Amino acid sequence: MANSTPSSSERATGTFRVKRGLADMLKGGVIMDVVDADQAKVAEDAGAVAVMALERVPSDIRRDGGVARMSDPELIEKIQETVTIPVMAKARIGHFAEAQILASLDVDYIDESEVLTPADESNHIDKWAFEIPFVCGATNLGEALRRIGEGAAMIRSKGEAGTGNIVEAVRHLRSIFGDIRKLSLADDAEVYAMAKELRAPLDLVQEVAETGVLPVPLFCAGGIATPADASLVLQLGAQAVFVGSGIFKSEDPSRMARAIVEASTHYEDATIVAKVSRGLGDPMRGTEINALETRLADRGW
Amino acid sequence: MRIGVLALQGDVDAHQEVLRTLGVEGVSVRTPSDLDSIDGLVLPGGESTTMSMLLDSSGLREPLTEWVSERRPTLGTCAGLVLLADRVTDGRDDQVSLGGLDITVQRNGYGRQKFSFEGDVAAPDLGEEFDGVFIRAPRILDVGASIEVLGRLSADGEIVIVQAGAIIGCAFHPELSGDPRLHARLVACANAGNGPR
Repeated sequence: MANSTPSSSERATGTFRVKRGLADMLKGGVIMDVVDADQAKVAEDAGAVAVMALERVPSDIRRDGGVARMSDPELIEKIQETVTIPVMAKARIGHFAEAQILASLDVDYIDESEVLTPADESNHIDKWAFEIPFVCGATNLGEALRRIGEGAAMIRSKGEAGTGNIVEAVRHLRSIFGDIRKLSLADDAEVYAMAKELRAPLDLVQEVAETGVLPVPLFCAGGIATPADASLVLQLGAQAVFVGSGIFKSEDPSRMARAIVEASTHYEDATIVAKVSRGLGDPMRGTEINALETRLADRGW
Repeated sequence: MRIGVLALQGDVDAHQEVLRTLGVEGVSVRTPSDLDSIDGLVLPGGESTTMSMLLDSSGLREPLTEWVSERRPTLGTCAGLVLLADRVTDGRDDQVSLGGLDITVQRNGYGRQKFSFEGDVAAPDLGEEFDGVFIRAPRILDVGASIEVLGRLSADGEIVIVQAGAIIGCAFHPELSGDPRLHARLVACANAGNGPR
């Protein structure tokens, strides 16, 4: 992993350690999708560690159809003026010009996201070219390592955004951790074959085989709608959660947001998760995966 | 010897790992009863606004304020430093610190993530320079007479490590570069006669 060493007289910005460092700081927290400054305030008040600025939450993107793009810079700036916590924003897969714009706005993290309509069907953004860190989605270990090879400093399991259905997130987390466990048991010769199967950079595959962990923090996204969902994915090994439609499509967003924040801290203590789950009103309605026309998780490669 | 790590949110695992390398048992602190068996406490990096909210909902604010006012051994890094500062600027209006260090800090004092950086920190009393990792770090604007300055940015001399009695604060993340010296200092403070309550 590239890590430039600063000379004694300067401040070295944009190093890999600095990029993944912010992901380390978000661990155990909840990153909330928001579509305007008012929602951003609700999220911060509820204890979000960061907000993700976007034009429509995934469930609305799903309902409305059409091409989903980067948010209006004015919207992002208004959110930045409203909250003191980190502000993230999404760029389309492969759309490096959108990423350049987001970088010029000084967003704290860029999400190269399958929730937006992909701009390039073969190539993801070269994320090493940016000082701002990137998070990317992954459904399995090979995909995660390819994104890290391209410079991603945080991985989130994709799940299936906008469904309020946790089943895909669980599938992706189990797949990633299952492959990491397999890799940890492989001997040196087998690691080469596994790199081929995973279609991932050999050096990263070897690193995972040796350390038994992903080289960057692994968060969970896509389908989290209740405090119990957050507890589930954190117990499975995710280090923080992204919640999209699950908060602002619920009956009482402010209470749901706070409950998910508390459940994320006390995820191993069922008594506390039960306490914060009481009387929250209706969560977002949710969708059966087999009923979907478009699977967002299939975007990206 | 058991050292607690406040585990409401943040890079708790990195601190636990440093404690492990020192051969010290790290205990996650999420509820008041977790404080009963520890000899020292680490306040990790993370989002100080989130931690502040969770301090209230977990019932930890009062016992931790008492912990700090009794001058028990404590190390705060980044957001942990914000929690220990007597005065905070650019925080949320409802953000209340535990206090303990007579300093003023500016939250996110170096700017957004774009301005997060690595820089060498001179700390003559602690040996060679630290590789300081500063992530949306707090900036120490002034320090009171009771404060001992332990470290400064080599580039411009800004104060980044402070201590008062058994309470140590640091604007950067020694736990992210795996540097155990401040944790070792905390353990030494804890050994120096602050047994379990």
